[in-house]
Amino acid sequence: MIAYLCRRLFQSLLILLGISIITFALLYLLPADPVRQIAGRSATPATVESIRRQLGLDQPFLVQYGRYLWNLVQGDLGRSYIQRSEVSELIVARLPATLLLMVGAIVCELLIGLTMGLLAAVRRGSATDQSLMVASFVGVSAPQFVVGLLLLYVFAVRLNWFPIGGYGTFSHLILPSLTVGILGAGWYARMMRSSMIDVLRQDYIRTARAKGLARATVLIRHALPNAILPIVAMIGIDVGILMGGIVVVESVFGWPGIGQLVWQAIQRVDIPIIMGVTLVSAFAIVLGNLLADIVAPFIDPRIKLR
Amino acid sequence: MSIPASPDLPARPNVSARPKRGVLQKLARRPLAVIGLAVVAIVVLGALLAPWLTNFDPDQQMFDGLTLTGEPLPPNATFWLGTDLLGRDLLTRILYGARTSLIIGIVANGIALIIGTLVGVTAGYFRGWVGSILMRFTDLMMAFPALLLAICLAAVFQPSLWIVALVIALVNWVQTARVTYTQTSSLAEREFIDAERTIGASSARILFRHILPHLVPTIIVWGTLGISTTVLLEATLSYLGIGVQPPTPSWGNIIFENQTYFQAAPWLVFFPGAAILALALAFNLIGDALRDILDPTQRGRT
Amino acid sequence: MKRILTTTVAASALALMIGMASTNVQAEQLDPNAKPGGEIVITYKDDVATLDPAIGYDWQNWSMIKSLFDGLMDYEAGTTTLRPDMAESYEISPDGQTFTFKLRKGVKFHNGREMTAEDVKYSIERVVNPATQSPGQGFFGSIKGYEEAAAGKADGLSGITVVDPLTVKFELTRPDATFLHVMAINFSHVVPKEEVEKYGADFGKHPVGTGAFKLAEWTLGQRVVFEKNPDYWNTGLPYLNKITFEIGQEPIVALLRLQKGEIDVPGDGIPPAKFQEVMSDPAQKARVVEGGQLHTGYVTMNVNIPPFDNVKVRQAVNMAINKDRIVQLINNRAVPANQPLPPSMPGYAKDYKGYPYDAAKAKELLAEAGHADGFETDLYVMNTDPNPRIAQGIQQDLAAIGIKANIQALAQANVIAAGGEKEGAPMIWSGGMAWIADFPDPSNFYGPILGCGGAVPGGWNWSWYCNEDLDKKAAEADSIVDPAKADERYKMWSDIYVKIMEDAPWAPVFNEQRFTMKSPRMGGADNLYVDPVHIPVNYDHVYVNDVQ
Repeated sequence: MIAYLCRRLFQSLLILLGISIITFALLYLLPADPVRQIAGRSATPATVESIRRQLGLDQPFLVQYGRYLWNLVQGDLGRSYIQRSEVSELIVARLPATLLLMVGAIVCELLIGLTMGLLAAVRRGSATDQSLMVASFVGVSAPQFVVGLLLLYVFAVRLNWFPIGGYGTFSHLILPSLTVGILGAGWYARMMRSSMIDVLRQDYIRTARAKGLARATVLIRHALPNAILPIVAMIGIDVGILMGGIVVVESVFGWPGIGQLVWQAIQRVDIPIIMGVTLVSAFAIVLGNLLADIVAPFIDPRIKLR
Repeated sequence: MSIPASPDLPARPNVSARPKRGVLQKLARRPLAVIGLAVVAIVVLGALLAPWLTNFDPDQQMFDGLTLTGEPLPPNATFWLGTDLLGRDLLTRILYGARTSLIIGIVANGIALIIGTLVGVTAGYFRGWVGSILMRFTDLMMAFPALLLAICLAAVFQPSLWIVALVIALVNWVQTARVTYTQTSSLAEREFIDAERTIGASSARILFRHILPHLVPTIIVWGTLGISTTVLLEATLSYLGIGVQPPTPSWGNIIFENQTYFQAAPWLVFFPGAAILALALAFNLIGDALRDILDPTQRGRT
Repeated sequence: MKRILTTTVAASALALMIGMASTNVQAEQLDPNAKPGGEIVITYKDDVATLDPAIGYDWQNWSMIKSLFDGLMDYEAGTTTLRPDMAESYEISPDGQTFTFKLRKGVKFHNGREMTAEDVKYSIERVVNPATQSPGQGFFGSIKGYEEAAAGKADGLSGITVVDPLTVKFELTRPDATFLHVMAINFSHVVPKEEVEKYGADFGKHPVGTGAFKLAEWTLGQRVVFEKNPDYWNTGLPYLNKITFEIGQEPIVALLRLQKGEIDVPGDGIPPAKFQEVMSDPAQKARVVEGGQLHTGYVTMNVNIPPFDNVKVRQAVNMAINKDRIVQLINNRAVPANQPLPPSMPGYAKDYKGYPYDAAKAKELLAEAGHADGFETDLYVMNTDPNPRIAQGIQQDLAAIGIKANIQALAQANVIAAGGEKEGAPMIWSGGMAWIADFPDPSNFYGPILGCGGAVPGGWNWSWYCNEDLDKKAAEADSIVDPAKADERYKMWSDIYVKIMEDAPWAPVFNEQRFTMKSPRMGGADNLYVDPVHIPVNYDHVYVNDVQ
């Protein structure tokens, strides 16, 4: 187990390194000059060149990347070109909002998805099953920004049940979480359904029923826990999918998280912020995958660590 | 998680031909797949017949398409779905937008399939350090936050239809690579492959006659499901303003241009939004049905 | 007896008056209706980047910085008229090259220390110091010693002398008519050295100045709170006790909250989708203030890229654009423009007619230039709404005369980079990156964007227009320092811009109007809410009507 862990950690580190170099290269290739943004429109060429030199942006690619890496291992993500604040400070200030959104999304996904899957499995083959499965497909196929705008329009603007975007209270959290969660709910519904079907076919279930236990009891006490476990193991992998939704959903709802931060940064070619947010997201994804892979064999003995 | 090996099949060169004839019939028996096919057919027809289905040009900004204060018109007798913020007929733009979504969806997915299959098969067949590197690289790309990668790529190139398709493909090929890798590596381990190698068959022959045909069902399934993903990704990129260049209509950029009015004119968001949903859903339904038919061992897994 | 009494009374009255005059000097008139007290809430969508006056150059933090800091000069509230601010008075030498300012006594920083002339010198040297990376460095180019200081070779500016703790003297290398404006701009605002050294690069997040407000709280991404400075030297101001800036609020959300009475002013203005609705409701319309901005939206044409090297083609473009229709696309929230300067700028040529909208004539001109069949080109634009839409409107107008303009909608930085390349972008719609004046003087619209100095790689003169004659005239106009000759100077500038329009490197399209909506409880003259300099609202002078 320890060997596995070490190996995985090492691989994760390599992955993060790879992501950092690819992102840095892409940003380096951008046909836009961040120094121009910093120097402003009234700057003389001399000012521009002096700023360029100070930021080290006149150095060749590898030197710049090397410096970035060197600072990175010391925990320094650099300073935003536009805001002049430390990137780490900006990210830390906004990370709680994004994390909150992700937790909210996971809760929504699980609540909705698992319920749908359970119902579908229990009424397998019926119209309920069919329609729930179609619903799960709809969840997976719906573009998140449309879902977000739709929810916003119906429940916030027209019905006034929720505030129209923004951050601060529990009711601010619901619509964005639903928007991000609907995608995952679709996946979880289908996984839960097949997991539940598998479990219901098992001998011990039949034994329990034969013993005369009520259907509901069998379901809830024996089938459900076993069905849920393999799915819960997958939550870590979810992080990657959730990350994808962050930029768009935070933009639609005006949610002050790192998605909004990076979107503003991209317009202004604020490279340190873009690098920082990309690395933080990648780190989260890698961590999520790692956790999922480690937890999985404990939950489902059929899975072996590779 | 690895996929259990399929039951031993004798190596038949035309093993792929038989399933195809039966597939359409099998699809026809599944109502969800039929719905999916119907929707795709409608969208394709709409895209092809767009010039004849409406009186307007998609780029035609009409003076009476807006109120005197620059507001768009709701659906009425002249403009069946209303107008957008430049006074253009929304229905026309949605029909022409179907072209964009279909072309990019299919082209991007096609490129992604090719890249993914190449990577997966090479890694799975040749193994060794080549395979290792390729698979580590695939892991790396999987960990990359997809949308951020797409945004960065789009910012580097000058956007156009083909660049957008390329960007989407570059973000999307990993799933196919994963799946083909797993299948190829399990296939490559089997005895008949060893037998072929012993009699001196070249790698190319083995790949093309024995391995690829077995991959066809997987490629078809993932190809279809993949179009759903690429359609959604194109819509998202257009929604962020970095998709195809205006005035080319795309369902995503219609929403992008008009979203400031979504309270006053919600149809500007929801008609194109519904179109995106319908197309993505259709391909998902078809792909799922295909998966059931062609590769039952994969049922229920993502 | 009586005579002695009268004299004594007169003398003491005089003494009393003089005494009052020196300790209670007010730079500005106070509003008799204003009661001190109260708090307001202003919303913005984007984060506040920095509150460091040497660095902040956003339209959003520009006026926030003006409330936290002060400069030697400022403008009468709601107008573009210069007046001394922290300077009590100033003297200009006859040759226009030496400016001497006498500072007010008793001006305190928020940390309690008194401001002196040393601080003024320090603040400006800080901006010129390359290590600060200030976007405002170039404004001080006329001060002696600038070249060495800006290159980092000298420690300070030799042209700034501290004559005594309350007098500072500036020596310029040439007569500069804009110098007083430069003394009013944010980059000249005075900062305390000890606080800058304490916070270093983070001074922007911990600003300490002499302004009417001080920073009470800053929660990144959510809220910035200003509190009244009780020791503000301009007694009586500000009226408000507290201003809360809420960040991350979409304009639509902000407007709805305003309608519910939760906030006082949506900082980003009225969202287009709600504009009609608001203006057709008399109750709401009464709370909307409309004013001009020192802004022009224009299409630049690169004179290096054929066929835009032919003046007839450029004139044709000017005549092809239906400006009324474009203005309609943005809900009539702008006025069509026919010259580079906006109407509220001194020096605006009121009688200049410009190019009329005449597609037939435009086609004729194209034919005369040898392009009877039109041509194909690229139109660059920033990819945030509503700019791609406006570009498409322009595209259609150009298509009507045979010019096929392909739209390149890119991120702002990419467009700027293309514009700064000699043959990078044939046409650029400036929306979103258009020039807004740094200060209300016609020269500000010339140098970087139309002068030869801006037509360099990385420059902002995207039309690469370089007319050496006009450059000379511009320098001449700017050497007329005498305020009595201001009108003559403005006339020279008008002529320069009219001449530019004859060469037509730009097609000016519209000047955006500002519409500020306020809550019923806000008071103060209308022009405070569309202040051309303290945008959007002059926080120092507004007040609320419901103070207990």
